[in-house]
Amino acid sequence: MSAMRVTEVVKELSMLKQKEMIAGNYERLATARESGRKVVSTFVPGNLNELIMCFDMANNLPEINAIQSGMRKKSGGYIMEAEKRGHSEDVCTYVKTDLGMIAKGNLGPDGRPLPDPDLLLLSYTGCFTFMKWFELLRQQYKCETAMLHVPYEGDGHASKNMRDYVVKQLKQEVIPKLEQVSGVKFDIDRLRQYLKESAKAEQDFVWVLESAKSKPSPIDAYFGGVYYIGPIFTAFRGTADATEYYRLLRQEIEQRLAEKMGPVTPDGEVHQERYRLVVEGPPNWTSFRDFWKMFYDEGAVVVASTYTKVGGVYDLGFRHDPDHPLESLAEYCLGCYTNRNLPSRIDLIEKYVRDYDADGLLINSIKSCNSFSAGQLLVLREIERRTGKPAAFIETDLVDPRYFSPANIKNRIESYLQMIDQKRQTAAPVAMAS
Amino acid sequence: MTDVGDIVSRCQSLFDDLHFTYAREWKAAVPGRTVVGYMPFYVPRELIHAAGALPLGVLGGGDQLEVIHGDAYYQSYICRIPRSTVELGVTGRLDFVDGMLFPSICDVIRNLSGMWKIMFPKVRSRYFDVPQNYRNDIGGEFYINELKELRQMLTEMSGREISDAAIRASIALYSENRRLVREVYAFRAREPWKAPSAELYLLMRAGMILAVEEHNRLLVEYLAAAAAEDRPRRDNSRVVVTGAFCEQPPLNLIKSIELAGCYIVDDDFMLVNRWERSDVPVEGDPIQSLALAYLHDSGNTSAKYEPDQKKKGLYLVEAVQRTGAEGVIFAAPSFCDPALLERPMLQSVLAAHGIPYIAFKYAENSGQMQPIREQAGTFADSIKLWSDQ
Repeated sequence: MSAMRVTEVVKELSMLKQKEMIAGNYERLATARESGRKVVSTFVPGNLNELIMCFDMANNLPEINAIQSGMRKKSGGYIMEAEKRGHSEDVCTYVKTDLGMIAKGNLGPDGRPLPDPDLLLLSYTGCFTFMKWFELLRQQYKCETAMLHVPYEGDGHASKNMRDYVVKQLKQEVIPKLEQVSGVKFDIDRLRQYLKESAKAEQDFVWVLESAKSKPSPIDAYFGGVYYIGPIFTAFRGTADATEYYRLLRQEIEQRLAEKMGPVTPDGEVHQERYRLVVEGPPNWTSFRDFWKMFYDEGAVVVASTYTKVGGVYDLGFRHDPDHPLESLAEYCLGCYTNRNLPSRIDLIEKYVRDYDADGLLINSIKSCNSFSAGQLLVLREIERRTGKPAAFIETDLVDPRYFSPANIKNRIESYLQMIDQKRQTAAPVAMAS
Repeated sequence: MTDVGDIVSRCQSLFDDLHFTYAREWKAAVPGRTVVGYMPFYVPRELIHAAGALPLGVLGGGDQLEVIHGDAYYQSYICRIPRSTVELGVTGRLDFVDGMLFPSICDVIRNLSGMWKIMFPKVRSRYFDVPQNYRNDIGGEFYINELKELRQMLTEMSGREISDAAIRASIALYSENRRLVREVYAFRAREPWKAPSAELYLLMRAGMILAVEEHNRLLVEYLAAAAAEDRPRRDNSRVVVTGAFCEQPPLNLIKSIELAGCYIVDDDFMLVNRWERSDVPVEGDPIQSLALAYLHDSGNTSAKYEPDQKKKGLYLVEAVQRTGAEGVIFAAPSFCDPALLERPMLQSVLAAHGIPYIAFKYAENSGQMQPIREQAGTFADSIKLWSDQ
């Protein structure tokens, strides 16, 4: 029996709102030169969007461009172009998609050329590759650069030394560079205002994520989650638009909760939640819908995911704090998911499995992403040991279509779900006996 | 005088011994001694030494270690050094090691630091961060505090205070070590036929295990013994090997490059023993001296950010010029993010300076050397036939 109810997919207000916001940002980028707006390129984890807005700059995110290319089936060609130009087949495919895209004219998703950045702002958070990607882009554009080194939480927490180091870099390196490139003087009250707005959106965002604790879950916190993180992880955190987006989204989810509805998928609503999963690792973007379908066809709903924490682990309580603006930005950068050590990551996943009453953990291991992937087999063992719930492992890539093998992945997922069934059957008599 | 054969034979024994007998015996010789392992590319060994501990370079399992358990922890697309290091750990070969330091070289080694905490909870494990900002008042201050935290950790492990005087004494010893290492490298660059790279490699690997005082003596002996050797000079091309700073190439790969007609005149196999480029001052605050040396007088590698685009990769050009090399071999481990992401940038700098290069990948357990020999041999021939130099 299918877990799906085929209903007409109606675009909800929040979806339309986000679409409009993304289009607006690409419009700002495409018209940056004529409007005289300076452009900054930066990365998602540990991004300083509120600070960038203080300087009236347009925000271009190469990772998002790579994801867009992946979803539009263009990344394969871009990757091959980059490999043709000497980039190794072994390294991150976001990087190669971005470099290939630049080589092919740097067209954005709306078909218009993206402007060269005036500033490369590297927030080196949770991923070594960012630093090399940044240097590769610098070689390409030969523009101004600002580098924010965010130390790794090797002992599972941010020390005062780490925070002070990040704040000093913000004060003495990043802000002066933003002032110099943009010609706009830094106004800390303006930053406070944006941070206040961020905190509002973060509150609603966390509510949305935690709605998945309900049964059935009204959201899919991975495949749906990647849409929900869009505004807050990218060029919109701190804007009134983002606050409005999360307000609308929360209203919609509240409605779904009240009506005990399941998540919305591209094929309609999941009306029978059969499996509740936690997923670790980024999704595959080149076959995103096919990948999602493998789950919703079986009634498998992701109730919590780690990928939706790469741009901030808000559900552990962090909020941007207008009373301590720079310290708060430092805290934010330090606390992003992949900047946390492996034991902390395992603790978080264990918490998700318990708090969301999940049936188990599925790891989507990404060939390109050592930051996520190295150590995931230990994560799997530890979660099984600690929770007694089954875990499974599949391998795909971010945006390289050559590393998405649908038959194998579908087979793995189906076997895993059968394993959950079996576990339930063997657990049932024990539960009855006790 | 000890001859080269004896020295190399001793180094070879140390290299082959995957149970680290020397370090075990060193530890057992005096009650209370501790051993602190470290991975590439850099840790301040002076602090470990000043704590009365033995710094032990953990550079993977090489091509003689059968990896069984380690493979169960890593996907096929992750390099080999973490899996062989895990193998060393779970098979008890590192069971005498009291602490482990994981420098900030890449995400794989970074995550291994957390794995070590879980898998070996009795070992004091620390991810050792270094600044990517080189201003004294920003990165310098951060690094001084990181060094102080490390000092505190080592104090707790050894159960004794680490005095400034002890750190200064250790700095002096390691400065001498680096000076001697530089001399050996300079000797090879001058007369590479007298210091074959496989020999030099083993000599440097010995420095990852031996107490620094002993390694210093060995380096002095080698310099004297190698200079006295009469070895045939071949018409080889002179090359710099780069990209092999973490997972080590098999010894046979180094031999193969030279057998194919290339004298290796510089390499980045073990950066830690040449990291500071001149003596670290022993006057003043020794922690500050170590920090300033890192910021302003240390080597370059892809794990280290270069703030100035104009200087990017020039260290490799400088190495070519300093050693009179005629080309560069990019030898990187498969799936090595730092080396492989860096490679195109370095290649474009070399191209701009008219320096020829080739590239290949290896794993620490690569066994098939024929393709390497063919590629290196062709490169050597092409330099001889067509190079303007």
